[in-house]
Amino acid sequence: MIQFLQQLINGLALGSIYALIALGYTMVYGVLKFINFAHGDIYMVGAFVGLYVTPWVWKVIPPGQDPSKFNWNTTAGGLVVMLISMVVCAVLGILIERLVYRPLRNRPRLTVLITAIGVSIFLENFGQYLFGADPKSFPDILPDRTIDIGDLSIFMNQIVVFVTTIVLLVALRYIVMKTRMGTAMRALSYNTTAASLMGINNDVIIAFTFGLGSALAAAAGILNAINYPSIDPLMGILPGIKAFVAAVLGGIGNLPGAVVGGLLLGVLETMVVGYISPMYRDAIAFAALIFILLFRPNGLFGKIEKEKV
Amino acid sequence: MNRPKTWLLLSILAAWVISRFQGAINPYYYDILITIGINIILGVSLNLVTGYTGQFSLGHAGFMSVGAYASAMVTLSVGAHARGESLIFIGALLVGGLSAALAGLLVGGPSLRLKGDYLAIVTLGFAEIIRVVFENVEAVGAARGLSIPVHTTDFFWTFLSVALTIYVVVFLVHSTYGRGFLTVRDDEVAAEAMGINATKYKVLAFVVAAFFAGIAGGLYAHFKQFIHPEGFGYLRSVDIVVIVILGGMGNTPGVIIAAVLLTILPEGLRALGSWSALPEAIRPLIQNRMILYSLLLIALMLLRPQGLFSTGGRLTKWLKRGKGAAA
Repeated sequence: MIQFLQQLINGLALGSIYALIALGYTMVYGVLKFINFAHGDIYMVGAFVGLYVTPWVWKVIPPGQDPSKFNWNTTAGGLVVMLISMVVCAVLGILIERLVYRPLRNRPRLTVLITAIGVSIFLENFGQYLFGADPKSFPDILPDRTIDIGDLSIFMNQIVVFVTTIVLLVALRYIVMKTRMGTAMRALSYNTTAASLMGINNDVIIAFTFGLGSALAAAAGILNAINYPSIDPLMGILPGIKAFVAAVLGGIGNLPGAVVGGLLLGVLETMVVGYISPMYRDAIAFAALIFILLFRPNGLFGKIEKEKV
Repeated sequence: MNRPKTWLLLSILAAWVISRFQGAINPYYYDILITIGINIILGVSLNLVTGYTGQFSLGHAGFMSVGAYASAMVTLSVGAHARGESLIFIGALLVGGLSAALAGLLVGGPSLRLKGDYLAIVTLGFAEIIRVVFENVEAVGAARGLSIPVHTTDFFWTFLSVALTIYVVVFLVHSTYGRGFLTVRDDEVAAEAMGINATKYKVLAFVVAAFFAGIAGGLYAHFKQFIHPEGFGYLRSVDIVVIVILGGMGNTPGVIIAAVLLTILPEGLRALGSWSALPEAIRPLIQNRMILYSLLLIALMLLRPQGLFSTGGRLTKWLKRGKGAAA
């Protein structure tokens, strides 16, 4: 039982990362109806920005001496690192949209998909050129400590992941449901033409969506790097694809669905690793995807769309 | 190209004649030549699925790996015999091709109901599952890879397969089936309305392409004499996709040119990257061919989505008019 609970907590921590990335896929799909293949690599860039920014932030906010004790300075520094990384990635996402995806707006979907794969390969390999292909170790930007509740041990980092994810989700919900930008976003995903007839500037909203999604991916990159402090330029491929699976699992285009899908996939993966075999860790996501697409192609919460001619 | 059978026989004969002199070819160039042949088979077969039938597959390397492993297992279980070596090799290649075709049927049947982006991800997923399985099955060497003791792939076998692949694909495309493929690509809904069973055509294209990918895998295994699951990953599939897109989707001659160019290109880049006149910082940038490939992909999609070597049918029309065969 203890082992099960432990796996559940680990699974939810992993699932939170998937959920944050999956939100970006789902939001972009909502407004543009295409899969941004390069999204997983934005997550990688997020982690690397964190790696390179940390020494600068530590110069301004010196971290606490003992990494195992809670320290306000360390925590504040960690948050600043995450914010900077989110901003940088948001800018990168908007830039990619402006330079590459916007000229292809009305082209066949296959063209856009191939371009997105091109962007993804570019980010991975240019990353290898820029950062080096070998894994780098990520600094301890947050105090690390284990909290024991009975036989159950929870890492401080996992709590940070949960809290940050919840805060980001609440913020996202507020932006999407309450602000003018969010309303415009929803209008756009409902009907692009009608939205622009109502005076919504599609270009601005789409850029905003890319920025928002990329910022969430960057946060996921930092959170994951805190838990597994080894980062490399190809680290985005698998989480990217798995997060896509999570988005499809919850019904692509559906925000709460992406979160549920992410958590579900994280728990599923951890359980397979814990109870069956760690060798099949990467196959399980694809098996889940194939299963879902064959039996419920619109995901758990997606609405069924009829193809119109 | 009015007599495809004559062309087929002529090219097989040419491959045989050249193979008599293969010992005289510099081993480095020989290696590149065989790789070109394997890449042509992969590109032309994927083009049948992506170019002519309009189904975007990101898992072609998965079928290649099935063919490579199946044919390697045949060779390993039969053992090395000096006599009948060619027969065993043909058998191994066929087993490789058929296993890959079977895998294509198993993968294509369910996943070809999906479209566009979803199909791309599912084929990628299947290829990854195939890779994970090979990495875990002890009988095929698991994560250590598999060594094949014989080196049977030579110039003749490679280019015989190339000629047969091109022949079958061109023949299929110009047959009644070809009309079906093109209709499904151009408008699936309209095709269904005309009574064309779109799924049947899609699965057929998929199975034929998988068969030839399997043959290419068999050739590869008996040429490199060592295969490893990592070698047939996502990036290998992307390599093949780049060949098809650069050549122009649905343009077989273009894809052949692209396969040749993209096989030579990394060698040229390697030479250029070690050229001492270049600044130290730029060299690794040039040597990483994937950076160039990705930029090429993006630029092509933005500026020339029909591919580099597509003349928009102008050349074909001109050729046809010259022969007085305007239909």
